[in-house]
Amino acid sequence: MLNAINLQKTFNPGTINEKVALNGATLHLEEGEFCTVIGGNGAGKSTFLNAVAGVWPVDGGKIEIDGIDVTGLPEHKRAKYLGRVFQDPMTGTAANMQIDENMALAARRGKLRGLSWGVTKKERERYHEMLKELDLGLEDRLTAKVGLLSGGQRQALTLLMATIQKPKLLLLDEHTAALDPKTAAKVLEITDMLIREHNLTAMMVTHNMRDAITYGNRLIMMNEGRVILNISGEEKKNLSIEDLLHKFEEVSGTEFTNDTEILSK
Amino acid sequence: MGIETLIAGMPGTVAQGIIYGIMALGIYITFKLLNFADLSVDGSFATGGAVAAMVIISGHSWGLALLLAFIAGALAGLITGVLHTVLGIPDILAGILTQLALYSINLRIAKNQPNTPISVDKFNLAISLRYKNDALITVLVFAAIIIAVMYWYFGTEMGSALRATGTNPAMAKAQGISVNVMKAFGLVISNAIVAFAGALFAQFNGNADVNMGRGAIVIGLASIIIGDVLCQALFKKKSNFALSLSFVVIGGILYYIFIAIVLWLKMPANDMKLFTAIIVAIFLAVPYLKNKANSSFSKAAKRGGQHNA
Repeated sequence: MLNAINLQKTFNPGTINEKVALNGATLHLEEGEFCTVIGGNGAGKSTFLNAVAGVWPVDGGKIEIDGIDVTGLPEHKRAKYLGRVFQDPMTGTAANMQIDENMALAARRGKLRGLSWGVTKKERERYHEMLKELDLGLEDRLTAKVGLLSGGQRQALTLLMATIQKPKLLLLDEHTAALDPKTAAKVLEITDMLIREHNLTAMMVTHNMRDAITYGNRLIMMNEGRVILNISGEEKKNLSIEDLLHKFEEVSGTEFTNDTEILSK
Repeated sequence: MGIETLIAGMPGTVAQGIIYGIMALGIYITFKLLNFADLSVDGSFATGGAVAAMVIISGHSWGLALLLAFIAGALAGLITGVLHTVLGIPDILAGILTQLALYSINLRIAKNQPNTPISVDKFNLAISLRYKNDALITVLVFAAIIIAVMYWYFGTEMGSALRATGTNPAMAKAQGISVNVMKAFGLVISNAIVAFAGALFAQFNGNADVNMGRGAIVIGLASIIIGDVLCQALFKKKSNFALSLSFVVIGGILYYIFIAIVLWLKMPANDMKLFTAIIVAIFLAVPYLKNKANSSFSKAAKRGGQHNA
């Protein structure tokens, strides 16, 4: 479903702030694979997701989604293949607009936006049902402005919007990092439910090793702009945090000490 | 002069206020919905006046004059849009550049005449200060039509995309919306409406002046802010989009009534721009100061002091 080959990206080239963010990152995902992404700060996890989403063009490499070469497509043209949830709960929704309006915007992702009504009555009924499944009490607040919702509610809504049309690939960029532990767990639960329900192909960046092991059927670790570890199937199921730390040291040749705080157990 | 003159002039004052209100509806699109401080309107308002005056003088109908003014304004907005989205010039600067360029262009349109008279004696105009009551009804109808069209448009799929662009461009992109196209289009319709108001203004006053747009953005903001404050005060959270738009026009009326009173008090007309700036500053500052008063450090210190005592 995703085929990212040898991605290269350097920020601020030729300046004192030059930073090689992606240095030959390669990943192939089959349909229905739910891949968790871990790695220390500056490993290139978010950069990789942004490269796939087309936030900026890559310096080298090729990105295919469902066999379509999207390397040359700008962000808004790639959007029709992708569902995205961001780290900051403010990013994924339009605060000044109503819940139903936000959902309707997502329902038209990649379609021509014409002069028919932005939200139809039929859609509202459907959204009511969808929100009911989240069990956050949002179904009775369809016409409330999204800015009034809590961070967790906004992330749950963004998830729903990302999957309202089945995306070819769901990109979750540390989408629970800004939430308190209880809310984060709830949002993760919803994430897992939606991915299973729609049999989605997904990538989830996380700083939490336990979550990375618990969720999904594929795990990659990134370091210095490359995918250095690739685990799937039975091996992933039986993985422990100790195994992961050990493997990291093995592959990278350095100890994980700097990042133990970030990669909290 | 007694109060009677002020009251007798009221239909004209209100009509003038509604024309400013229509202009403010255009500014509302960029300022409120797109979150874009567009200063090109000072130029496009005068463009509308100049185009309308030339069309009418050349013997065509006021209907064509309004239509061509609308189109000319749309083109002016497109220039700001291209400067900003294609050439990457920051919003305020893009607007200022268009505004400056339009000054010369407006003079060219008006055949290098800084002031072009269009007397109601000689030409068939849509509205005129001479027929205050008729003018009032006509501009009211125009305002109602524009509010209705805006209410409809911003409820459509395309209009929602434009609003999303203004609220959260990152989200808009993730939903497949071309932020640049939406911004440029918003500027186009905004300046088209502003120029349309300029065409009405020129006919109402019987002349198109190359300086008639000076301060248009501030007057527009005054109308929007006065209307907004009033709408919040009267309806609180029950307000909706149609009501907000209506209050923009009401804001324009109140602004111009205030100006009329100031003039009636025999204050020098040259000080008008100063008064306008002061009004806008006050209305912009009041919500901020009110908010600040509710959560101030000095109050917190006092509360803490009482607790300790």
